Amino acid sequence: MKYIDEFRDKEIVFKLLEKISSLTKKEIFLMEVCGGHTWAIQKFGIPSLLPNNIKLLSGPGCPVCVTSKKFIDQAIAYSRLKDVIITTFGDLIRVPGSTSSLNLEKSRGADIRIVYSILDALQIANENPSKKIIFLGIGFETTAPSSAVGILNAASKRLTNFFLFSSHKIMPPAMAALIDEGVTINGYLAPGHVSTITGSHIYDDIPAKYGVGCVISGFEPTDILQSIYMLVKQVVGNKFSVEIQYKRVVKPEGNIKAQEIMKEVFRLRDDWWRGLGTIKNSGLCVNEKFSNFDAEKMIQVYVEETKEETGCICGEILKGLKTPPQCKLFATVCTTSNPVGACMVSHEGACNAYYRFNK
Amino acid sequence: MESNILLGHGSGGKLSHNLIKDLFVKYFDNPILKQQTDSALLNIDSNNIAFTTDSYIVDPIFFPGGNIGKLAVCGTVNDLAVSGAIPKYLSVSFIIEEGFSFKELETIVSSMAKEAKRAGILIVTGDTKVVNKGQCDKLFINTSGIGIIEEKYKSISTGEKIKSGDKIIINGTIADHGMAIMAARNFGNFKTDIKSDCASLNHLIKEILNTNCLVKFMRDATRGGIATILCELTENNNIGIEIDESKVAVSENVRGMCELLGFDPFYVANEGKIILLLPDEEVDKVMAVMKQNEFGKDSVVIGEVVDNHNGKAVLKTEIGGKRIIDMLADEQLPRIC
Repeated sequence: MKYIDEFRDKEIVFKLLEKISSLTKKEIFLMEVCGGHTWAIQKFGIPSLLPNNIKLLSGPGCPVCVTSKKFIDQAIAYSRLKDVIITTFGDLIRVPGSTSSLNLEKSRGADIRIVYSILDALQIANENPSKKIIFLGIGFETTAPSSAVGILNAASKRLTNFFLFSSHKIMPPAMAALIDEGVTINGYLAPGHVSTITGSHIYDDIPAKYGVGCVISGFEPTDILQSIYMLVKQVVGNKFSVEIQYKRVVKPEGNIKAQEIMKEVFRLRDDWWRGLGTIKNSGLCVNEKFSNFDAEKMIQVYVEETKEETGCICGEILKGLKTPPQCKLFATVCTTSNPVGACMVSHEGACNAYYRFNK
Repeated sequence: MESNILLGHGSGGKLSHNLIKDLFVKYFDNPILKQQTDSALLNIDSNNIAFTTDSYIVDPIFFPGGNIGKLAVCGTVNDLAVSGAIPKYLSVSFIIEEGFSFKELETIVSSMAKEAKRAGILIVTGDTKVVNKGQCDKLFINTSGIGIIEEKYKSISTGEKIKSGDKIIINGTIADHGMAIMAARNFGNFKTDIKSDCASLNHLIKEILNTNCLVKFMRDATRGGIATILCELTENNNIGIEIDESKVAVSENVRGMCELLGFDPFYVANEGKIILLLPDEEVDKVMAVMKQNEFGKDSVVIGEVVDNHNGKAVLKTEIGGKRIIDMLADEQLPRIC
């Protein structure tokens, strides 16, 4: 298939691998921030091909994984309200809350619908004027613009029964927080789809402040390997910068229109990340101007006290401090069919990918 | 005849009687069914019987390449055939939602009759229930099937004769059915010409068995895709297998749709694909026969049984890497971003 096969060319893959090997024998730790990268790396079996000195760590870029348990608990509480329809991406419904999950609530009769876009949720709002439709907004700069468009559409249609419950987050503060915490990272494989929206400048601080390189990478095997090569080259040359590997999609300035829409609808707030705790100015909540569409402002609900699971080390895994097999629950108590932590739920989660492709 | 199915069509009274006579008996036409006895009375000249059942629920009930009725015949015929049995008789039970279009039911019944004829089996008994509006989604069908099996083929379904070095074959492209259904649901507004691969494979399988080659294992890769079959195969028989991803064919349209949605075609449903294990030395002979059949013309060797990593299916990825193939815990979902 054109534009796919070229990027999976075995010959190019092996040439890149040779080039990576020839650069250094020194141990280098690279973090793939994005869950999409984690998934692609495992799916193509890239770890089995890389030289042993190049270690890939999975980062906090899986939307479902970093979403706080409190958010899940509140979504569950909303779903128990009689006049509410919850609309959500599919992965989220399996994430365990403190005492229940959206999946369990659905089986008990809650109206929870899996949608593939916020526009489907708007359609449901249109068709059900007597119900309150809440869309669970998760994800980073990749999904936040579409949530923003959803709100703008709802406003222009004067919908009064559509609400966004936002857990949207932005990537750079979490990447800085990881280095601040002392996680050994020699380079970031930065998410290509985030930079499609934001451009490359959002990472400028990371090489400048921390001496850690960022290469914005595509998602095909040759993209990933070329990005690894570029990062290793930065480490070996001790010259750190933000580079774009995914040039066929990412422009340095990003998608200005999407950035403007996000700015119009959202504002920054401190946000809680699973495993990383509260990170300053890392979350997106709905601006005052659109507070009529903000579930948190408009729909009051009692939320039970959030209880963290014991034994699950999702937090350390999201920080790249530990790998899934180091968790005592991994593949014993915690499996893809019975996930304890969020990292086992989403197919972008490090535990899920490790369980499915390496166990 | 009314244009819609009414509750009365399942009541056992006159409406039911007419429905059976004017629709089911008319289309499924055979002497055993015509007797309309409480049980179908069968003469089976064997002590070795294969017996299977499956219920069919599909949305939408009509899709490119078939409909729920064709699926209900092919599915059960294939379950018998892959066990090494010769499918003979089917039962059919319909659970119909009140108000369902009679015309659509007739279309479905007629394609069941056509598929039964093609497969060379008889539909000999059945049942109809009509439920209140909203209590089922249009139409559910259950079919059960009986086939006769020769003693020597009994090891095919268990795979007990599998040995290291055996080759793994599939009879064509994967993931067509699942993606045809997705497209028919208007999922993601795709305009494609993807067709379900829904087909009865008993004739192909008969031709394979007639080669007298030792078929070590056979199973149809339906829900859960070929990945699920390969995982079951390794786990149940404690063998290791290695699959070469570049050998597994996926049609361009299906691949494009899978790529866009983030689906792995290995986990997408098929309705006309079998995974077959053969000793290395008999592969050529069997493949030559398979390639003569319309449902086997694209058959290909995709991997082999290996004597390491017992209990695991390992995939040699298209770029030359290696990883495990695991069963999915749940339905595949499109990626978030």
